[in-house]
Amino acid sequence: MKDKFPLMQLIDQAGNIVSEEYKSDITEENIKKFYYHMLRLRTYDRRGRALQRQGRIGTYVPFEGQEGAQVGSALALDEKDWMFPTYRDHGAALAFGAELHRLFLYWSGRVEGAVPSLTKRILPASVPIATHLPHATGAAMADMYKGTKNASIAYFGDGATSEGDFHEGINIASVFKAPVVFFNQNNGYAISVPIEKQMNSETIAQKAVSYGIPGVRVDGMDVFAVHLAVKEALDRARRGDGPTLIEAVVIRFGAHTTADDPTKYRDQEKIEQIRDEVDPILRLERVMKNNGMWDGAWINQTRKEIETEVNEAVEQMEDFDKPNPADMFDYVFEKAPWTIQKQKETLLRRSGS
Amino acid sequence: MVMTDNRITVQKKTTKQNKYNVIQAIKDGLKTMLAEDENVLLLGEDIGVNGGVFRATEGLQKEFGEKRVIDTPLSEAGFVGTAVGMALNGLRPVVEIQFLGFIYPAYEQIATHVSRMRSRTLGFYSLPMVIRAPYGAGVGAPEIHSDSAEALFTHMPGIKVVCPSNAYDAKGLLIASIEDPDPVLFLEPMRLYRGTRKEVPSEKYTVEIGKGTYVKEGKDVSVFAWGAMVPVAEKAAQALEAEGISSEVIDLRTLYPLDKDIIAESVQKTGRAVIVHEAHETGGVGSEITSIINDTSFLYLKSPIKRVTGFDVPVPLFSIEHDYVPTPERVKAAIKNSVEF
Repeated sequence: MKDKFPLMQLIDQAGNIVSEEYKSDITEENIKKFYYHMLRLRTYDRRGRALQRQGRIGTYVPFEGQEGAQVGSALALDEKDWMFPTYRDHGAALAFGAELHRLFLYWSGRVEGAVPSLTKRILPASVPIATHLPHATGAAMADMYKGTKNASIAYFGDGATSEGDFHEGINIASVFKAPVVFFNQNNGYAISVPIEKQMNSETIAQKAVSYGIPGVRVDGMDVFAVHLAVKEALDRARRGDGPTLIEAVVIRFGAHTTADDPTKYRDQEKIEQIRDEVDPILRLERVMKNNGMWDGAWINQTRKEIETEVNEAVEQMEDFDKPNPADMFDYVFEKAPWTIQKQKETLLRRSGS
Repeated sequence: MVMTDNRITVQKKTTKQNKYNVIQAIKDGLKTMLAEDENVLLLGEDIGVNGGVFRATEGLQKEFGEKRVIDTPLSEAGFVGTAVGMALNGLRPVVEIQFLGFIYPAYEQIATHVSRMRSRTLGFYSLPMVIRAPYGAGVGAPEIHSDSAEALFTHMPGIKVVCPSNAYDAKGLLIASIEDPDPVLFLEPMRLYRGTRKEVPSEKYTVEIGKGTYVKEGKDVSVFAWGAMVPVAEKAAQALEAEGISSEVIDLRTLYPLDKDIIAESVQKTGRAVIVHEAHETGGVGSEITSIINDTSFLYLKSPIKRVTGFDVPVPLFSIEHDYVPTPERVKAAIKNSVEF
């Protein structure tokens, strides 16, 4: 099956441009754009882990290694498209337009951060696995019904493909030719369970065959390849040709969450050995160097700007107003029924508010 | 009002009435809303060409088209999830679950998304959607087709649960549910689908969610029921009139949020309460009504509250389902027991 679904690549690990067809897209401007976003994601992600270790936020879900897949896909979206991320796709959300301090707020247990953006259509992270795939289908069907050209993208991991909602969401989308991109990041592990124990199929892309839709397998560490694959799938969706299943093959460098110890289930040393080789950010640095585009001053400047931005977002998170316990009561329904009203009064009376 | 020759003439509204059974009233409610609001659309299994296994949507696809009345794949979690996406994106989907006993695959969608979206986004996103489902035993249906799982949903924060017992309420509550800004589980008593007919106005009207109603006034005991148990309670109450027991029968109509005022008002008048539901006893909505009586009317009680319910067993196959579902005889016995305590 791997030969039927070959790994799409525009730039190899050594930083060589391997696609003649799309060579003209790999401009200095595009390289810098992707590089900036990946660096921004990594800086945010590392800060997230550090804040968790310092006890300043709660359990954090790192995505280091998957920046290429998340940036490449998110930047392919149009302004009004819908994004349905999981808890590991806050990188994609950030690249699409999530506000940094809202992401930090979410990780510090604050409901105010659950909506990643007030302007972009990014749903809060879906925690129950694969349950948001049908939502992407429904939002896309609504856009079809309204006659817009908007599309939806659903993010999910390799483990999600074992869930019923993976099948149901893609099946319905394929029947109605809904404008959706089902974007899988296959990092080989669902917490500790390796993909060989997750599925008997060799690839995830091949599952598209059973829905009569295109399946694309792409090197998820190659931001340009991911961007192209998602762009093509979105174009196809907007043309009315229906959904596409994309498998971006990636490596998660770190743990599942900050509460997880990957050394219990995989050879973490091996990951450390190969990480520089496979790193999506270093790959772009190699392209820059190979093509005489290296601009050290720009990189240093960008790094500094991102640091400042992240520092400010952390401050914003930590300076945020105290959480309001009334919030848990006030948004269950548009108007709280007597039950919730009574319970709220009881709590507020007890807490002396 | 019609303006003629500078004089205002009040024109008497001639509301057309139709004698409808419950299923016809539901179809009329759906049709009313499809015609009124282009954001309303229907999704479910066999609802289009076939018009629904109970004919609740008969002719609607022909009238409103395949984009409004959608035959979905056999995929309860999938199309409830699809409706979530549609509602997020500005539509007002009405989903039909063919039988309430088939809702379980969609339970995760309802528990983790349908009921939580508003809360987890502080109202930034909300889901105005309706899940319709025929429920209950007594029609000789196959296995799993006869469940009364309302308590699984009244326990779940973030979704309203309504259950009409007659054609008038069915249309009015359905329209109220479709117009509600929050998700509503709309339970339809299968056993009453083609039972008694009632006058149903052909125009649009609503019955308020969260309000019960008096079916029969009485002074000795309050009998609470909903859906298919309303006529059962009524029958028992009527029969006991001859024995000099005056029962008040209340159709609660909404199971979340319960109408605590009507419960308290009636119990404070009669001092006695009997609760009838066909769902299993333990953890049923009856326990919640008992609790409301306890909180509001404890000192008015003259006898312990009685429950007449289905048993804590899976709804049995239909050869013995009539032994499972409360009967007028069981209700009569409970009322007598309550009054003669």
